[in-house]
Amino acid sequence: MREIDVTRTHDSASRAFPKEAAPMIEMRQVEKFYGPFHALKGIDFSVTKGEKIVLCGPSGSGKSTLIRCINHLEPIASGEIVVAGHRLSDSQDAVDAVRREVGMVFQQFNLFPHKTVLENCILAPMRVRKLSRAEAEETARKYLERVRIGDQAAKYPAQLSGGQQQRVAIARALCMEPKAMLFDEPTSALDPEMVKEVLDTMVSLARDGMTMICVTHEMGFARQVADRVIFMADGEIVEENAPDAFFSNPRHERSRAFLGEILAHH
Amino acid sequence: MGIQELTYLLQGLLWTLFLTVIGFVGGILFGIVVAVLRVSPSPWLRIPMICWIGVFQGTPLLMQLFVAYFGLPLLGFNFPAWAAVSVALTAHASAFLGEIWRGAIQAVPSGQSEAANALGLPGWSRMVDVVMPQAFKLSLPATVGFLVQLLKGTSLAAIVGFIELTRAGTIVSNQIYKPLLVFGVVGALYCAMCWPLSLWGRRLEQRMAAGAAK
Ligand SMILES: Nc1ncnc2c1ncn2[C@@H]1O[C@H](COP(=O)(O)OP(=O)(O)OP(=O)(O)O)[C@@H](O)[C@H]1O
Ligand SMILES: [Mg+2]
Repeated sequence: MREIDVTRTHDSASRAFPKEAAPMIEMRQVEKFYGPFHALKGIDFSVTKGEKIVLCGPSGSGKSTLIRCINHLEPIASGEIVVAGHRLSDSQDAVDAVRREVGMVFQQFNLFPHKTVLENCILAPMRVRKLSRAEAEETARKYLERVRIGDQAAKYPAQLSGGQQQRVAIARALCMEPKAMLFDEPTSALDPEMVKEVLDTMVSLARDGMTMICVTHEMGFARQVADRVIFMADGEIVEENAPDAFFSNPRHERSRAFLGEILAHH
Repeated sequence: MGIQELTYLLQGLLWTLFLTVIGFVGGILFGIVVAVLRVSPSPWLRIPMICWIGVFQGTPLLMQLFVAYFGLPLLGFNFPAWAAVSVALTAHASAFLGEIWRGAIQAVPSGQSEAANALGLPGWSRMVDVVMPQAFKLSLPATVGFLVQLLKGTSLAAIVGFIELTRAGTIVSNQIYKPLLVFGVVGALYCAMCWPLSLWGRRLEQRMAAGAAK
């Protein structure tokens, strides 16, 4: 509870002194193991309010693991994670507090197939934020409009295209009014012609000041919205750089090799 | 076969229906409990359910009926026969349905639970709102199949002196010496109960498929 108050203070202070805003997401010396496998090695970084981070790196480098630790889909072995003033621990209260502040969008959408688009969007607001159905529906319609899919509210996910499903997934997360959003390769399961509609939605979200961490290999998106690019390899952060500098003049050997590879594929 | 014999058979039919309904309702209620505890992360909840399922799947229903009928009174429970049989059927059904639903719960893609967790849904809501409806749909064919088995399995209650449909058939047949006719009628009555059940299961399956897909 004390930690929530700290955030409030920082929030109001940040309007007067934006430079002194507390980090929205902070990871300190985070270690993560899968059995004997060392998946995250001493991860250290912080994201300030409104910042947009693009996280990239070769397959198996630990990108998904990293963002899944932030909302405790994966528990960590040691280190510290603080989200919007809430220190994450294994206690259910801490986990719930953090999950109320961050939304997540998955590669495979993970919409609830037995619920309509609208029902997908109102479930968590009703169960977690205890909104009435009417209030939750109002919020849901607002965010469905926002991702330009308001006319599909009564359909089931299977009746929508991949791009539409992913936009519903974004709206579903936004309905919880999170302070930060995590994206794990949100466009890599999509047919090429649907990538743009999802990226456009994410760009507009970024423009509105959402704090975002996106795992993606979409370099156009990274150049357009990212404040920083973080490059990972073998469970470590290898390079942190401004997007233009990262793409045109990577500092690290492994970043160069990685960029060479994704350029070859595009 | 006169009206008297037919009435006797119909009385047996009523008992069969009664035992079936008790087995269904008890089995479904306790089966949900067994399934949910069976997938619990806590070994203290999970392991007793593994044993429960193992015992009832690993022994004949006939033996379970014997144990309930002769064993429960020894433990000081003074049940009428129908109650002892009901206890056995409920326990039997809870183990089978629990195991069917355990499989179905685990067959729901893990991304569904992850999405529920990421949204911050409490554990009960993750189960009730997200996982169980999908598991129920997956398990429907097996569930209906088992319920049909259970309905026919109530005939074993005859062994502890219960005059349900099959037993009533035997008695009538012994009186009027027309086994083919009598058991033809008995068989037709079983069919008349099982067939709508299968049909209803298929309907439900189609309706749920239509709801979720194109
Ligand atoms: N549940 C798990 N159990 C065991 N090992 C795992 C598990 N999840 C991930 N790993 C391993 O951890 C490493 C990092 O996985 P992670 O999914 O975070 O990589 P990634 O950078 O997201 O890769 P990709 O680009 O393929 O999605 C991989 O070597 C993977 O095999
Ligand atoms: Mg990944």
